[in-house]
Amino acid sequence: MSTALAAGLSLAAIAQTAERPGRTWAATCAACHGSDGKAQGAIPSISGRDTEQLYRTLLEFKNGQRPTATVMHQHAKGYTDDELRRIAQAFAAQAAR
Amino acid sequence: MRQAHPMSLSRRHFLGAGASLALAGCAAVGGGKPIARVVVVGGGYGGATAAKYIRSWDPRIEVTLVERNEFFVSCPISNLVLAGTKRIEDVTLPYTGLARYGVKVVRDEVTALDFDSKQVRLARGDPLPYDRLIVAPGIDFQFDKVPGLAAADAGGRVHHAWKAGPQTVALRRQLEALPDGGVFAIAIPKAPYRCPPGPYERASVIAHYFKQSKPRSKLVILDANPDVVSKKGLFVKAWSELYPGIIEYRPNSELVEFDAQRNVARLQFEDFRAELFNIIPPQQAGRIAQPLVSVNNQWVGVDFQTFETARVPGVHVIGDATASAPGMPKSGFMANNHAKVAADSVIALLTGAPVNRETILTNTCYSFVSDTEAMHVASVHKWDAAQKTVVPVAGAGGVSAARSALEGEYALSWARNIWADTLG
Repeated sequence: MSTALAAGLSLAAIAQTAERPGRTWAATCAACHGSDGKAQGAIPSISGRDTEQLYRTLLEFKNGQRPTATVMHQHAKGYTDDELRRIAQAFAAQAAR
Repeated sequence: MRQAHPMSLSRRHFLGAGASLALAGCAAVGGGKPIARVVVVGGGYGGATAAKYIRSWDPRIEVTLVERNEFFVSCPISNLVLAGTKRIEDVTLPYTGLARYGVKVVRDEVTALDFDSKQVRLARGDPLPYDRLIVAPGIDFQFDKVPGLAAADAGGRVHHAWKAGPQTVALRRQLEALPDGGVFAIAIPKAPYRCPPGPYERASVIAHYFKQSKPRSKLVILDANPDVVSKKGLFVKAWSELYPGIIEYRPNSELVEFDAQRNVARLQFEDFRAELFNIIPPQQAGRIAQPLVSVNNQWVGVDFQTFETARVPGVHVIGDATASAPGMPKSGFMANNHAKVAADSVIALLTGAPVNRETILTNTCYSFVSDTEAMHVASVHKWDAAQKTVVPVAGAGGVSAARSALEGEYALSWARNIWADTLG
């Protein structure tokens, strides 16, 4: 079955495949920030933010430049800068849908 | 607190995902013949999330979720039901939101997994054929490891309340009936067990109830482990500052037998008597996954890049039933994360796309220590090619600087968000 399916994959689907790691990593954020980053309650929503702004914020958490952080600095330190950028892009891509 | 319904996620997500795939030139969404069938067994934090995300990310795949209970009852936050600050209704949610994603929810009991004919057998309905199977059975209890415990549980004398639901309500009633001055004991099994900080949170919030309503009562923690398993410094500080004279912590106190007649817990070197016990039994992978168990005769070994089992190709296991990677907790948060990695991998394997080998999993567990104050433990886990498993990233993760009301608000917000993320 998978061979036939692979043959049926369009270029657009393959392009989408290339974004999959970022999409899956970004999905881990949803456990606190809500599906697609749409949160309820005290935890901030992160959907619809500009890629650069979100990436900069994540870097500030990672580099200890957000003194009021409770947990985000501990998460951000677990990722390379490139991974954080791809996560920010995934949120922007969701917002665009 | 605003009473926003956790199911209030808009339809935009589902419609958006469908639209983007239709643009990609794939099979028709909705009316078309599915390109593959996935069956998910178990609708907890792992299973329900996996079902929803497969449909969200590739609506060409038919997904059937089999769950025996009518409602999802959350273990996280259920300790607050025991403490009397939340009601069981507050942690009980319907499965109806998953229909928005096109997940077929079948309420039935799985009787067998037939790997040869690739079918899931049900107690009432017709067998469900699958191309790939995701098993998310959570835990079952090993009552046989503690003589006397099965009878005490069956007789309604002792409740584990470690699967939220009727036992949570029953233990709350027992706590309400406990006279002021009565001794209540919580027995914790050796790790690994579901929710490492959970027993200590339970002790803390019940001590808060005692302090308010039964100030002469005592709470004794009989821990089979040599020390507090999670957030030790924060729990010990909370106990000494908030509940002096109420909580007593006893390490290395494994329960070896339980005498329900006399309400006596037999430990290795002594007998311990209390008016009321809450015994959390030793645990293993949910019994429906028994044929897949490969680690210590208890847990299911999986490849953390795909969550495919070591035993049976094409069968994936997620959540508490898996043999945990180093430093990985058995938590609802982690099960929700397992589900997303498994969903992505199952889609890749069914469509011939490359599997993402850069696995990243995260965890954040909030624990309440009173009716308002909470604290967290967090970690980030990444694939390590040399060790062929996921390991915690050094320098990342950690615990709260201190317990706080702000983190209490985050904990409640977290619950609403993960419930919506899991159940639609």
